[in-house]
Amino acid sequence: MQVNENFEPVIVAFCCNWCSYAGADLSGTNRLNYPTNVKIIRVPCSCRVNPIFILRAFQRGADGVIICGCHPGDCHYTSGNYFTRRRITLLYSMLDFLGIERNRTRLEWVSAAEGAKFAAVMNQFTEDVRKLGPNRRLEDLRCRKQ
Amino acid sequence: MQEAMIKRAKELLADGTVNRVMGWKKGEFVYDTTPAVFETAEELEKEFVCNDFTQANLSKYLIKESRKEGKILAFLKPCDTYSFNQLLKEHRIIRENVYVIGIPGGPKLDMEKIKAKGISGILDVKNENFTLKIETLYGTETMPFYEAVSGKCADCKSKKHVVYDELIGEDGDVLASRRFDMVEKLENMTSQERYDFWRGELSKCIRCNACRNVCPACTCENCVFDNPKSGIDQKAAADSFEENMFHIIRAFHVAGRCTDCGECSRVCPQNIPLHLLNRKFIKDINSLYGEYQAGADTTSKCPLTDYDTDDCEPSIVHERGVE
Repeated sequence: MQVNENFEPVIVAFCCNWCSYAGADLSGTNRLNYPTNVKIIRVPCSCRVNPIFILRAFQRGADGVIICGCHPGDCHYTSGNYFTRRRITLLYSMLDFLGIERNRTRLEWVSAAEGAKFAAVMNQFTEDVRKLGPNRRLEDLRCRKQ
Repeated sequence: MQEAMIKRAKELLADGTVNRVMGWKKGEFVYDTTPAVFETAEELEKEFVCNDFTQANLSKYLIKESRKEGKILAFLKPCDTYSFNQLLKEHRIIRENVYVIGIPGGPKLDMEKIKAKGISGILDVKNENFTLKIETLYGTETMPFYEAVSGKCADCKSKKHVVYDELIGEDGDVLASRRFDMVEKLENMTSQERYDFWRGELSKCIRCNACRNVCPACTCENCVFDNPKSGIDQKAAADSFEENMFHIIRAFHVAGRCTDCGECSRVCPQNIPLHLLNRKFIKDINSLYGEYQAGADTTSKCPLTDYDTDDCEPSIVHERGVE
């Protein structure tokens, strides 16, 4: 695939209020860099992320979607992220089955103490999506910016 | 078989066990049979039909019918009993109000496959030793029975009735089906090939909502696709995204509850292989979370409302197969 050097992907990150959102905060207070391409949406729990949210994000111009939640076993609501894990595995598998590039979707467990991990994950994911180029297979032409 | 069913239905109507009978009604042609409710012996005699074309799954109708006054008799094929059982599990059907008679299943025939042979003006179709004798306006035609078997019956998963009050005919067994072959074939394609395949199929969608309406697992009173704020309610897809979205969400909402009855693909006026999306979920659930057949019992937990602390991570999707 031809790589456009100037391409800046839009990354939507759904972050759990209790872990990953605090992790993002920590990476900020630690002065760690992560790309400005990442747009964080705070959710009460990673389990709150409805498959429609992910599809909507792609529709409205996201090139990659990442979901961040507490590590399994650490959920603020005891078991939310276990359900997330099954649901999102099946959804990502279905998106892959429909031919959507699999590297546009990701799920990572980031705790409130892992500011460095948050920054590393976001840097890595943004690079992966940048390589893929703009999202064309799951975009809505009416929402395209240029 | 039809005679035995009518006879038994009349007996049950006469002795007051039931006050209605759910079955299929004759249409203008031998192949158009419609689900219908019969209330009298005369109606049964005149209009009740059970032949090679009575494919429709009656389970979903029983949600509303079981809430009415009195008991209803329903004739269920093996695949329909799975849907029925799944609905019982979800507390959608009132079991006391339904008298289930299990009848042998297919293989049923698909009229489109007969018509595709260029046979027209069809008056009657008879199965004689696995050869179809088709009477048409222009004389009699023959074709092998198995060439006309409908898609959902060709991939039959089970001939066993999982729930019934009595049986007409004999109970069968769960079959070793090759129903995941096509899903596997798609999985082995590259991402671009899969994308092209699905674009070709899903772009045919006219959003008639038939797949949703017929599905025995789609039983929400308020459907997400009827939400006026969803932006995709009651209209044809305006963009390829909307086509994808409808079908992903439709399949996702029945994941773990779909019994693979095949009704979605059967009713699709555009012949989109919708069952492949459902089967992909079933295959994933089987391989990742253990073998699970929705509707096989009423006690086990649906895989998506359950979890295991040792479940695999979603990254498994990124690692397997070809990109």
